[in-house]
Amino acid sequence: MALKTEPFVLNIGPLHPSTHGVFRLLATLDGEVVIDIEPIIGYLHRGIEKLAEEREYQKDIPLCDRLDYVAAMSHSMAYVMAVEKLLGISVPERAEYIRVIMVELQRIASHLLAVGSIANEIGTFFTPFMYMFRERERILDLFDMVCGQRLLYNYMRFGGVSHDLPEEFIPALAKFINQMPGYIDEYDQLLAENEILLVRTKGIGVLPPELAINCSVSGPTLRASGVARDIRRCDPYSIYDRFEFDIPTRTAGDCYDRYRQRIEEMRQSLRIIRQAVEQLPQGKVNSQVPIRVRPPQGDVFVHVEAPRGELGFYLVSDGSEKPYRFHIRAPSLINLTPLREMIIGWKLADAIVIFGSIDIIMGEIDR
Amino acid sequence: MTAAGTISQASALASDWPGNFWLHLLVFALIILAFVILTVIILIWLERRLLGRIQVRPGPNRAGPFGLLQPIADVVKILTKEDTVPGWGDRLVFWLAPLVAFVPVLLVFAVVPFWNGALLADLNIGILYVLAVSSVASVGIFMTGWASGNKYSLIGAMRDIAQLISYEIPMMLSLAAVVLVAGSLSLNEIVAAQDVPYILLQPMGFTIFFIAALAEANRTPFDLVEADSEIVAGFNIEYSGMKFAILYLMEYSEVVFIAAIATSLFLGGWRGPFLPPFLWFVIKMFAVFFVLIWIRGTLPRLRIDQVMAFAWKFLLPLALINLVVTGAQVVFWPQAPYWSLVPINVTLLAALLLLWARFFRLGGSRVGI
Repeated sequence: MALKTEPFVLNIGPLHPSTHGVFRLLATLDGEVVIDIEPIIGYLHRGIEKLAEEREYQKDIPLCDRLDYVAAMSHSMAYVMAVEKLLGISVPERAEYIRVIMVELQRIASHLLAVGSIANEIGTFFTPFMYMFRERERILDLFDMVCGQRLLYNYMRFGGVSHDLPEEFIPALAKFINQMPGYIDEYDQLLAENEILLVRTKGIGVLPPELAINCSVSGPTLRASGVARDIRRCDPYSIYDRFEFDIPTRTAGDCYDRYRQRIEEMRQSLRIIRQAVEQLPQGKVNSQVPIRVRPPQGDVFVHVEAPRGELGFYLVSDGSEKPYRFHIRAPSLINLTPLREMIIGWKLADAIVIFGSIDIIMGEIDR
Repeated sequence: MTAAGTISQASALASDWPGNFWLHLLVFALIILAFVILTVIILIWLERRLLGRIQVRPGPNRAGPFGLLQPIADVVKILTKEDTVPGWGDRLVFWLAPLVAFVPVLLVFAVVPFWNGALLADLNIGILYVLAVSSVASVGIFMTGWASGNKYSLIGAMRDIAQLISYEIPMMLSLAAVVLVAGSLSLNEIVAAQDVPYILLQPMGFTIFFIAALAEANRTPFDLVEADSEIVAGFNIEYSGMKFAILYLMEYSEVVFIAAIATSLFLGGWRGPFLPPFLWFVIKMFAVFFVLIWIRGTLPRLRIDQVMAFAWKFLLPLALINLVVTGAQVVFWPQAPYWSLVPINVTLLAALLLLWARFFRLGGSRVGI
């Protein structure tokens, strides 16, 4: 005879250690098993799209930093590229290389945070997290060296970047990219073969490739399911066609693969940075673009491979100095689409790990 | 243990002790209390410092030299916090629960031998007493979960009960093997019988005991009761002020308790060369603490069904095999020299662990909705 039980609703968030900000999840539980979820977003809504439409183009760059605050370089680069496409201006060689170095460093920093939080949600008491923050800190120091900021950089400009690299940057960067592979091996020693981590992540929260494609999931979450789609390769922007790098994919699409995927992508980013430093040309880092730009009428869509997936900017210009429409295709938001299918039927503890392995940033979701 | 037995034993002790027996008892009880609380304070400091070292950060280093005064600063802070009771909770149970959780853990120390004969009550059923009394603490934890009227704490409390019931059994069986070898239930006599530490004679017993004790004390990787990434703080989520301090004290006293029991039963207790016995006891206890903190700094957390499966499919059969093997050794080969028993038992442990690791997988699949 089975005891009569009844499901209950557990409110997870908006203030919860593992909701990556202010995400709220109404989970209906039957004992420990999640039988239904209802995600609720909007606690971090700042109206960035509308704000951007009320400001001049130049003033929107810092706003874009604030979309995904752990990958600010990628976001401002995407926005700047969109405006450059509207204006039809080109970017000096050196600036392109600097941008690529920055964006790939940013990808490593962002993936370090993502993997660290996955490990944290599995329950390692902050140890891998702190190890990864040690290296993330060094990347932030590098950014600090370049633009004086550690989180929101405001470094990209129309037609280039705001400053040239300081003298001490390249040696510091070279030191970092020489040491980083060793650190990644260290994370693997700590996590990759850990028996408890394996039973907590292998086969958990599988995202089948068909579902991923139907939900237009992108980024590491998609590639962990075995779909080799990376904007850097399938629609090369900036100077990504000049570098040699692989698009790693995994097959199972479970939490473990999403974690491994990010580790592999960090190694590839290091490869790109290494090549970019070798090829870095001399020259200007900014073309002469007036501070107040008035793009011709028209619309433009630019997408880049941000750390969390395909980041798109859709701008419509009516010829004035403010964008008429400013739309963001935020990867975090769209990656959440299959969340319900992934979580339902797993235990509460798994739900947290699955949610964490998608790696979202609320600033980008709520905008 | 009957009341008459207690009294007769107490009077037997009284005849040994000069002066007022009850005064002695009181003083000794207070010394033990002070010892436990002092150890807890040092343990909290040690854990935070060591976790800091493990996690490439300094750890608390502001209050006093090496941050030694940090626990005191924490206590002062906690005492100034408002003592809240959730309006939808059960006031009486909420108030009672920290005490029900904390007192049994303290009571256990009555039978722990700090050095030869230096224990509050040398019960001849010492181990039984330890197991019985320490289980009561979980009732206290369940009361906290229930009285808080909070779903998170209720989930934590339910997990604690499930964990307790599962891990009590392998723990008892592993201790039963120790009892077989020592031929006594009294902790003092078990320590006295350890010419070699039982961790060598009973490697499997120690392994099982240690894992089960981790689960009993809700330490990583079995800290599901307060899994911060899932259920925020678990059972103590609604507690604040002094009540929280007592729950915190209870958690760390449980760590001291499992370290003390592991020391007495498996590591040779107060026995050791050169140094005074009490110092040996403390040194061994801190060695256990170090391993516990190390585990906490390294391992992730298991899921509740995996925790259950681990107890019933892994620990319980191994504990039974260990009990049977130990029984056979005691009955058929009572004069066995240590140098032959130790390698046999260690080989057996290794073989069984490998066998189980090969054929047994923790898993758990998706539930069809």
